[in-house]
Formats: sequence, C-alpha cells, structure tokens
Amino acid sequence: MKSPPFEYARAASIDEACALLAQHGDAAKLLAGGQSLVPMMAMRLLRPAWLVDINEIAALKDIAVDERGARTAACARQVDIERDTALAARVPLLGRALAWVGHVQTRNRGTVGGSLAHADPSAELPLVAQLLGAKMRLRSARGTRSVEADAFFGGPMTTTLAPDECLEVIEWPAWPERRLGCAFVETAARHGDFAMASAAAQIGLDADGRCTRVALGLGGVGMTPLAFPALTARLVGSRPTPADLDDLARDAAAQTEPNDDLHASSEYRRHLARVLAARALRAALEDAEREK
Amino acid sequence: MSVKVSMKVNGKAVSGEVEERTLLVTFIRELLRLTGTHVGCDTAQCGACTVSMNGAAVKSCSMLAMQAEGADITTIEGVAAADGTLHPMQAAFKEHHGLQCGFCTPGMVMNAIDFAKKHPGASEHEVREALEGNLCRCTGYHNIVKAIMAGSKAMAGAK
Repeated sequence: MKSPPFEYARAASIDEACALLAQHGDAAKLLAGGQSLVPMMAMRLLRPAWLVDINEIAALKDIAVDERGARTAACARQVDIERDTALAARVPLLGRALAWVGHVQTRNRGTVGGSLAHADPSAELPLVAQLLGAKMRLRSARGTRSVEADAFFGGPMTTTLAPDECLEVIEWPAWPERRLGCAFVETAARHGDFAMASAAAQIGLDADGRCTRVALGLGGVGMTPLAFPALTARLVGSRPTPADLDDLARDAAAQTEPNDDLHASSEYRRHLARVLAARALRAALEDAEREK
Repeated sequence: MSVKVSMKVNGKAVSGEVEERTLLVTFIRELLRLTGTHVGCDTAQCGACTVSMNGAAVKSCSMLAMQAEGADITTIEGVAAADGTLHPMQAAFKEHHGLQCGFCTPGMVMNAIDFAKKHPGASEHEVREALEGNLCRCTGYHNIVKAIMAGSKAMAGAK
C-alpha cells in the first residue's frame, strides 16, 4: 500500500461527479480506469486529496456509431471499443491504435477518456484524436462546452480541462471514402511501454486511386501529439509514389522537436519519426488500395 | 478513515474494513490471506497479480479494493475443482513444465484461462501476443506458450 492517503467518493451520476469537482477543485482527481492514475499514485508522483470514481456512471459507458462517426462516452473501456465491429467499420484507426495500448489486462480496465485526459504525448489514443480532429465534450456544474483535439491538448500531461470539468463524450469523425486505409506503428523498448515515437496515417482514395484525403500524425516527438494537415494536403488529387510518401515523412519529421531522455536522444527520435511515418503512410495506402 | 468493502472471491462472499488506498491485491493477499496472487512490479507492468474480475483478466495491483465492490473475483486459488483436481490450464502448465521459478505463474494461468475462453483455437502467434502483459524473467516463454496451447485445447474439449 504505497499511495498517500486520500478520500474516496463514488459518483452515481455525471452531475454528482461535477458537483464533487466543483466542491474540491484542484484537490480532486477523477478516477476512470485507473491504469495510469493508480500506478502514478503508488509511485507518489500524484497525491490527490480526493478521488472521484466515475466507473459506476452508466451514462459514461455508451458507444454509438453512425455514418458520421463514433461517439464514445469517456468511461467506455478500451477493450469494448477494440471489439466493437460497427465502430471498426467507421473509424478503423481506433482499433489499430488500441492494439498498441498497454496490455490485454490494462485494456480491460482502461478507458478512452482516461487516456485522453491523461494526455501523455507518447500515448496512442491522443494521437488518433489529434489526427482525426476528434471533438471532446466537457461538462461541469457551470455547463457544457466542445473542444477540438488540437485545442484540448495543451502540453505533456496537460489539457484544457478546468479543475471542475469532466470529459464526457468524444466524437471521432468517420471519413466517407469507401476506399479508406489506415495504419498505426510505433517503437517502444517493450510492447506496451511508452513509445519512443509513434506514427498514424489515414488515406482516402477515389475510384482512380487518387488521394481524396490524407492525414498523418506523430506521437512521442513533441509536447503534444502532432498532425500535419498543411503537409498532407499536397498529396490530395495525386496517385502518390513511394518517393512522395518518403518525402512527406521526411518533411513531417523535420518539423518535430523531440526531447532527449534516458531512453532515446532527440536525434534518434526524429529518425524514428521519419521511418515510422513512412511505414504508416505506405501501410495506409496499401490498406486503401485493397478496397476496390 | 476506513471503509467497508464487500465482494465475492472464489465463489465466497467476503468483506472487510480497509483504508481507501488499499489496492485490490493487498485486500486479496493481506486481508483474505490468499497469497497465490503475486505482486511483482506493483505498477501494471508484469501481470503477476492478474485475477479475473467479472469474467475479465485485470491487474489487481492497479485497482483499489473499493473498485471491486460487489464484483465477482476469481484468484488462482479458485480455479481448481473442489476435490483438488487441477484446472485444465493448471494441468497443462504442469505437464509442459510451463514455469521455472514459478513467480509469474499465477498471473500467467489467470490470463491464459481468460484468453482461452475468449479465443478458442488461437494460433501460437496469438498466444504469444496475448502474453504481452505477463513478464517471465526466467525467460521461460517457450514452454508457457506450449502449455497455453495445450490448456486451451483441453478447455475446449472439456466443454
């Protein structure tokens, strides 16, 4: 038992969770799946005076899918998203990314909202949110607001969530292209560890094999997950060659400013970013080309 | 402050007074004295503390005991038959020598049972992927994989 002492409250509804957050402010932390929070408390990296458990709130578990995309409530378990075939058909990148998140046992507990609110810059789900432009609905006793992923992530382990706000729903947009491909790749010391660098790509093609839309994202190489809409736009309307994809990967990696740490130098991370971006783009294109 | 927590462990209703910060694994090991569930890393890496909660394998070091309120928990002590006959997965670990020092074994077996139930007929590759959350520092994975393949088969046959 290594965590410092805290008070525990089990919220029965989102309103109750918001009321507890309004009451305790900075002293309180929401407890979702707890797969990052509980170990961090055990290591005493975090010492919240209050834990507000939101696992029993049924309204925070919903997963809904239609042609516009998927809406996942914040406390939906990662394993339930991974196994949702309707969701996989509309937003396939989520499932590809989840295969890299922790382990089977942690995905059985871990939640989608917890991962986003934790905002580790090397984490997989924040990268998917950034790449797809997911929209987060934030709720507090003061009201509700919507924020795009780009505005949601503020820095390492930092989001725009105010101390009294709860992430309620995440909207993951679906792309309408019938020929859609995506890929997620990363390099870590061991599977399930924090990625030294990660890359995700999604490509839509028309019937002639020309790109209608391209998205590329890099994780672990900046203060937040990164997307490159200005760079990827240049492939739209073209049938990209392997050299085009390599050029795009090189230009995206060149824009990153990774940190040095114990595990990898900045230079090595940038190298990984370039190699992984090229792999993700090639795999996404092949994936899209398989759809006739 | 302490609070009361109640759950079902290996089919038996149990309850206890715990501090809020008590982890599920601490509750299982120190209050219930079921020490088959091991603590390796204490930070969700190694999988030695894996138990089944409401039919899903979870790491009991990364959950508060209070979060298992009302849950149905199975630990390694609860998988054999009442007469002591080993669970088919346990028997397979014994038969194929799927352990060296044995420290990781309870977590390996608990994860393997959950995996075999959900993925009958899985390939060796899938078994190896399913072990991503269980570390064996004797590096004995080869026989563990063999054991899980055999245990899965035996579980499917026993139905």
